[in-house]
Amino acid sequence: MTHTESKKDNLSAAIRGLTGENVARCYQCGKCSAGCPMSQEMKLKPHDLMRLASFDQADRIFGDESIWLCLTCETCSARCPNGCDPARVIDTLREMALARDPSRWPRAIGAFHAEFLKQVKNHGRVFELGLILGFKLRTGRLFDDALSGPGVFARGKLALQPHRISGIDEMRKIFEKCENVENRDLS
Amino acid sequence: MSRIGVFVCHCGENIARTVDCAAVAKRLAELPGVAHSVDYKYMCSDPGQALIKQAIAEKGLTGVVVAACSPHMHEKTFRRAVSGAGMNPHFCEMANIREHCSWIHEDRVKATDKATQLASFIVEKVKRNRPLQPIHIPIERRALVIGGGIAGIQASLDIADGNREVVLVEKEPSIGGHMSQLSETFPTLDCSQCILTPRMVETYQHERIRLHTYSEVESVEGYIGNFTVRIRKKSRSIDEEKCNGCGACIQACPNRKSPNEFDTGLGKRTSVYVPFPQAVPNIPVIDRASCLFFRGRAKGAKKDVCKKCEAACGKGAIAFDREDRIIEEKVGAIIIATGYQLYSIGKEQANSAFKGYGEYGYGTIPDVIDGLQFERLASASGPTAGKILRPSDGKEPKRIIFLQCIGSRDPAKGIQFCSKICCMYVAKHTMLYKHKVHGGQATVFFMDIRAAGKGYDEFSRRAIEEDGARYIRGRVSKLERDGEAIKVYGYDTLNGAPVVMDADMVVLATAMVPQTGISTLAQKLSVSYDRYGFINEAHPKLRPVETNTAGIFVAGACQAPRDIPDSVSMASAAAAKVLGLFSNEKLEREPSVAVVNRELCTGCFHCQRVCPYGAIDRFEVKDRKDTLLKTVAEVNKGICQGCGTCQATCPSKSVELEGFTDEQVFAEINALEWTGQGNSGEGGRR
Amino acid sequence: MKIGYYPGCSLSSTGREYNESLQVIAPLLGVTLQEIEDWNCCGASSAHATNRQLSLALAARNLALAETQAIPEVLAPCAACYNRLASARHALAKDTRAFEKTREVLERPEFSNSVRVKTSVEWLRDLAPVIQKKAEETASRSATSPSVKGLKVACYYGCLLVRPPEVTQWPTQWDDPEDPSSMETVVRATGAEPVRWNRRLDCCGAGFSLSRLDSVARLGREILQEAKKAGAQALVVACPLCHVNLDFRQQAIARKAGGEFDLPVFYITELVGLALGASQAQLGLNRHYVRTDSVLERSP
Repeated sequence: MTHTESKKDNLSAAIRGLTGENVARCYQCGKCSAGCPMSQEMKLKPHDLMRLASFDQADRIFGDESIWLCLTCETCSARCPNGCDPARVIDTLREMALARDPSRWPRAIGAFHAEFLKQVKNHGRVFELGLILGFKLRTGRLFDDALSGPGVFARGKLALQPHRISGIDEMRKIFEKCENVENRDLS
Repeated sequence: MSRIGVFVCHCGENIARTVDCAAVAKRLAELPGVAHSVDYKYMCSDPGQALIKQAIAEKGLTGVVVAACSPHMHEKTFRRAVSGAGMNPHFCEMANIREHCSWIHEDRVKATDKATQLASFIVEKVKRNRPLQPIHIPIERRALVIGGGIAGIQASLDIADGNREVVLVEKEPSIGGHMSQLSETFPTLDCSQCILTPRMVETYQHERIRLHTYSEVESVEGYIGNFTVRIRKKSRSIDEEKCNGCGACIQACPNRKSPNEFDTGLGKRTSVYVPFPQAVPNIPVIDRASCLFFRGRAKGAKKDVCKKCEAACGKGAIAFDREDRIIEEKVGAIIIATGYQLYSIGKEQANSAFKGYGEYGYGTIPDVIDGLQFERLASASGPTAGKILRPSDGKEPKRIIFLQCIGSRDPAKGIQFCSKICCMYVAKHTMLYKHKVHGGQATVFFMDIRAAGKGYDEFSRRAIEEDGARYIRGRVSKLERDGEAIKVYGYDTLNGAPVVMDADMVVLATAMVPQTGISTLAQKLSVSYDRYGFINEAHPKLRPVETNTAGIFVAGACQAPRDIPDSVSMASAAAAKVLGLFSNEKLEREPSVAVVNRELCTGCFHCQRVCPYGAIDRFEVKDRKDTLLKTVAEVNKGICQGCGTCQATCPSKSVELEGFTDEQVFAEINALEWTGQGNSGEGGRR
Repeated sequence: MKIGYYPGCSLSSTGREYNESLQVIAPLLGVTLQEIEDWNCCGASSAHATNRQLSLALAARNLALAETQAIPEVLAPCAACYNRLASARHALAKDTRAFEKTREVLERPEFSNSVRVKTSVEWLRDLAPVIQKKAEETASRSATSPSVKGLKVACYYGCLLVRPPEVTQWPTQWDDPEDPSSMETVVRATGAEPVRWNRRLDCCGAGFSLSRLDSVARLGREILQEAKKAGAQALVVACPLCHVNLDFRQQAIARKAGGEFDLPVFYITELVGLALGASQAQLGLNRHYVRTDSVLERSP
């Protein structure tokens, strides 16, 4: 598959429609990737993702875990000389990746997000103990930080009971509406 | 009684393909007032023009209408033809049946109708034309050049060598501009001052150049051929007549700590100083802000402080009490050649639309400098006698890194344009560095290499292939202080990996922007400028050295970033325009200017308010006893561009454009009713 | 003086000290904190990273609550919460489509997006003259209480306080996004000494604390090392996640990425509290992992 063919996904147009961002503005200077804290761990760095997006190479983007390694620190967008917003583009790519295949994200990172949002949905606030335990169960990392456990409790840093907000029905409705993929017109 | 001749041109196939020219000629022959109506294949040719001349002689024509192409093409041609036959050229007009008809329609019947109509309008207009004479205004055949850098110097020499006088105004104490600060120039690596100073001296000594240094333009009045310019000659606190440039005062001055502007702050100077040894004129200036005597006076000291310069001067040339003087010069043309300054690496910017580079330290990291500072380091006459040394500790940097596109091509910081020269001078800098610091390593972070001039690509390749400069394609995210060194966080897009390097010195290749105060100057001159402050040319392709203000020209980097050869070319081009303007004793202008009817004018001056060119003056109508009767508007024929805005605005219909009176325009509109014989059947009189 | 208060989820658990110290200093500075009733989680990075509409809705609900509770301005001490609330405020103001959609999702058609959001850093910076005065009074009163005077601290802003500039510096430009100085101003007001160092704005690894500890270790090491190199005796932060990554995780960083740091990490509110005479226990300092006593007794 050549790099220059395939407009079939028209990924760039979809991104433009959702965010207003014109990925053709990226002139590949590399400043974003130069300042990205996760650059050395990503196979596809921010400027690579911009380039692939502008050439509609959806499979190459979604076939790699790089978009999930983004820390959302916004350094790339803050420094882009041509006024691009790679952070926003990468946010959108993650949403699109989930719309294509909700289970396709790196295990641990995905487990964290899933567990976090489950907490918010069920309680309105994050019950951190629940988050940690849920994360451990999903990832099988049962013994990580196990030794720190007692110290955390001794310092009173982890509540044993979740706090549930009164507006919990509102939470449920918000989640229902927002999780509906059709609602979000992602292609 | 009108006897108009109508000539319908086929223009080969251009018109005849769509318009039935013979039919148009035939129909127009029926129009009252038309005495002669023919068609012909090429009216602009010699035989075509001969037809017109013949008809004027034989038929006693009082006016001529040529239905053909656009007047922009051939109005001059046909007017010259009728002049040759003894008719006032303003009785000849064109109806555009090509660009306005045959080139934009396909239906032959309708196009022929339209062509007939268009020609009939112009016939009605010409019936009401008056004989107009060109306006002649006198010209003061002297030029003013604002800015004494290489462009200003070149323009001045060209005009002066063309036997016309030049007044050259330069705001710094010496002419020479930024070129005098450079060490060597690309692509030849010529020593900049060596090639510049002979020109500077020539300028100073030229009998037809009046040089006003340490001076600025205060105000400009008037119009092309007749400008009155007031120039502020700032006080040097030195009597220029008496000073012989011996430099004794400078030796005697106790203050040696003021930052040296010429050395971009890297060196120091005295309070009484000459900016650099080769300065022209070689007359010092006293910087009143740092001079002990003046500071004492400002604080109200009872006794005079210091004055060592006065004591040392053998010619009595120190003149503490000399103040600024305003002088007046009359000139006929002005060339703007104010050059550029560099975009600041600090937080403060000359233009409020620009942002600084916080990620590069806002200029606070020591040994992070800009291009002009590097030039001063590399210059043999600079603060380090030509050695590349770190400003912080005077050590030689073994690792030097250049960052291109600082400010340029960076809309996030406020600048979209490319500064054109940076790729070239960075290549030059890497070469100068290599020649001076053996064993040193130069690295350049770039986005593109723009080396479009003659010998430029070869030059930039030499830096890489022969002088070992390492070019990395990618930008730098941030600079950090790391002990004595600077850490550079960049990216290599060609290799696909982040690059973190240490440097002993970092040079930022900053954008070329217009001088501070350019907008004020431009407003004084009534010339327009763009959002960055660059002076606007009249037409980007075909009129690059003129502005939209008649008589004012532009040369050099004040119009857009450019290098020395281009600035010199532009300066000579502007000089040629000026000399062309001065080739006649009087300036001839088209008479299509506005004229005020003093009887009708009520003196409301709405016209003055709307005139885009400032061409309306006030005129006092007085009786023989010199009593003021009324003040009316008067149009300055030298400035009026014939736009007609005043005519449209005037509530009392007192001002009209010659050749475009209300009567004429309405006559054209009314001619819409006449559609001619034998047309599509939709016509007939309405 | 009153200001709305959005604690966020961490401030009642792993970031407990931040809340405790804030509750101590607010009355000392003459400020009453009015907690938004029934606030919900802002969504932090998990919502933002996976579902934009959800992240806007979760954050906006809190702004809507503040509106109905007549709170015009909200203090969000956690930098991430601040960033989410401010992002929602900005997005809904600039994008009418998003605004309509969010109102519809929340079923709150009367929401007008009028609430201003503030960081603890800006809030304290504006109170710096008051802090300085009270700190000087406290110092002159007792010479034995734990003192921060002359303590060399490295101000760590992290990434979300100042980025992206269009969001955080809107509608007012409260600091320079590449060269901020608000934290240093507050630190100076307390009598401590901010050092000049390099990693002020670099990300600590944020939400990867559980899922990708190696990345956090690498980034954390850079930060702690640079702070130490610059001569800092302690770090100052304004975000509970940064605190976890640099305090709780300091040992892990040392173990995984190498280095020896022994750098206590203070919340900016704790530093102010100490300067105003509060005890370590009152401020929650005993909950820290890297012990703070040594540096507090060390400084003059």
